[in-house]
Amino acid sequence: MTVITPPEAAIVTVASAPRPAAFWRLKGFPLIPILILVFIALVAIFADVLAPYDPTIGSLARRFRPPFWQEGGSTAYLLGTDHVGRDVLSRLIYGARVSMVVGITAVLVAGGIGTLLGILSGYLGGWADQVVMRLTDTWLALPALTFAIFLAAIVGPSELNIILILGLVYWTRYARVIRGEVLSLKQREFVRLAIVAGCSSRTIMWRHILPNVINSAVVLATLMLGVVIVTEASLSFLGVGVPPPKPAWGLMMADGKKGLLVGYWWLTVFPGVCIMLMVLSANLLGDWLRVKLDPQLRQL
Amino acid sequence: MKQYILRRVGYSLLSLFLLSLTIFLFVRVTGDPVALLTEPGASQEDIEAMHRQFGLDQPLWVQYWHFIASFITGDFGQSFYYRTPVLDLYFQRLPNSLILAAVAMALSLVIGIPSGILAAVRVDGFWDSAGKLFALLGLSLPQFWVGLVLILVFSVSLGWLPSSGSGSFLHILMPAFTLGWYFAAAHMRLTRSSMLEVMGSEYVKLARLKGLPEALVIGKHALKNALIPVITLAGINLVVMINVAVIVETVFAWPGIGRLLYEGVTFRDFPVVQAVVVIGGSMIILVNLLIDILYALIDPRIRLES
Repeated sequence: MTVITPPEAAIVTVASAPRPAAFWRLKGFPLIPILILVFIALVAIFADVLAPYDPTIGSLARRFRPPFWQEGGSTAYLLGTDHVGRDVLSRLIYGARVSMVVGITAVLVAGGIGTLLGILSGYLGGWADQVVMRLTDTWLALPALTFAIFLAAIVGPSELNIILILGLVYWTRYARVIRGEVLSLKQREFVRLAIVAGCSSRTIMWRHILPNVINSAVVLATLMLGVVIVTEASLSFLGVGVPPPKPAWGLMMADGKKGLLVGYWWLTVFPGVCIMLMVLSANLLGDWLRVKLDPQLRQL
Repeated sequence: MKQYILRRVGYSLLSLFLLSLTIFLFVRVTGDPVALLTEPGASQEDIEAMHRQFGLDQPLWVQYWHFIASFITGDFGQSFYYRTPVLDLYFQRLPNSLILAAVAMALSLVIGIPSGILAAVRVDGFWDSAGKLFALLGLSLPQFWVGLVLILVFSVSLGWLPSSGSGSFLHILMPAFTLGWYFAAAHMRLTRSSMLEVMGSEYVKLARLKGLPEALVIGKHALKNALIPVITLAGINLVVMINVAVIVETVFAWPGIGRLLYEGVTFRDFPVVQAVVVIGGSMIILVNLLIDILYALIDPRIRLES
């Protein structure tokens, strides 16, 4: 009687690969951007504990206090107060939460729609491909911010609406890249074999194509995070983003703009620095990931 | 050739159709379009009159036909706020946007092309790194942040430049730089990569072999060829600039198309918002078509490929 060895046994003994160098020692590893992003994320999570005051309640008795190191400032309000006497530091801390939540969920929405349609369009081809690609071309012709303003004008501002709008505006960029990848994956042996083996289209897309485009989707997501945060801040700055009194950084800058000419610089500079640090960090991390993980995307 | 152009024109028409359909459906699907297209606080009779005027009781395709027919005839409706036809408003503001875009484009090319060349000639040198930083900042920094910092430095602290408005050459400098930086970064990156590609080509090697001075090799043989894609991008970007200046024009109170869009949103003047989006999108689709055709005329490889 022959004993049939289970196929798993054959692949158990794989020679252990040489230990890869610790990833943070790799050339150009963006340690500082990652630390900044982690810091902002932690601030966003623990905003309730960290913020010294309620970000939405102010007192007209203490309007326009400068930061503590300036004449007239006090350590009670480290970064000063705004035009209705709210603590700027507390608003910045809660603003981190708004940016993180909107940024990450909007990227997930855009990535979800874009990856799904990109795979369908690339794998199925034919008229499905034509429809998705023509729609992508058209939507890409609309300047993203203008399109977002248009949608915001229709549905009205709220945090959820902003997330959906950003998802609707930005999915096209995923769809285009993912479709390109799927077109080349379709020619590969493992996909052809899966077709020969009689797998259904759904199985092939789900089990064989999707895992292979996840890398690109992650890189794109990181690169998109910066873009999405800038767009959210821009919408809030124009008054069609996150509605007041919620503390969004873009909104804080719009409010602070009026005070700029009379010298209340802290109202615009602090939220501006926060947006800048977050976007720069996301972009630096995305650039590094793109080069490291996905050489195909280098030309993007 | 004829077939190629016909197909391109067909694609563009399809894009215009999808654009109008997108706008039409978003306005209809998200609720009652009459709520958007009548003034806030309109009387019940007005609202009912609007319903009839839009033919909202008719099937969707009839409504769409009316919608697109009015656009083609240039009827974008009346502005609630200014009480004039939207198209008149648009053309009133357009010259300001053109001026701003022209100056911003000039700045972006004056900064972007030389720094791109310098970066390509000295890869990984100081100027390459400096250029990379400049490009990264230009592509990452939100425009309202750049604009407000410029105001803080040049208007509030130094008092050299007016913080907002229009009228003199000094007024345009800060908005043009704020708008131009992003594009300067894009032009720089493209000049650099295009130069690098050309520098490795046979004819540049030949020019070097002939013993031409390096300045002539770079300035004449390499640059002329490397600039073609940059000029193309700049052509498209000029049209893009007219349509994406909403933040810059809001920060500096520059009375162009972007400012019109901002006013439209702030005053809940929906016909204005709709017109700016439709005209802007159509403009960009048409410029892309123009570039495609020009390229096919110049380069036979493109028209034979398809």
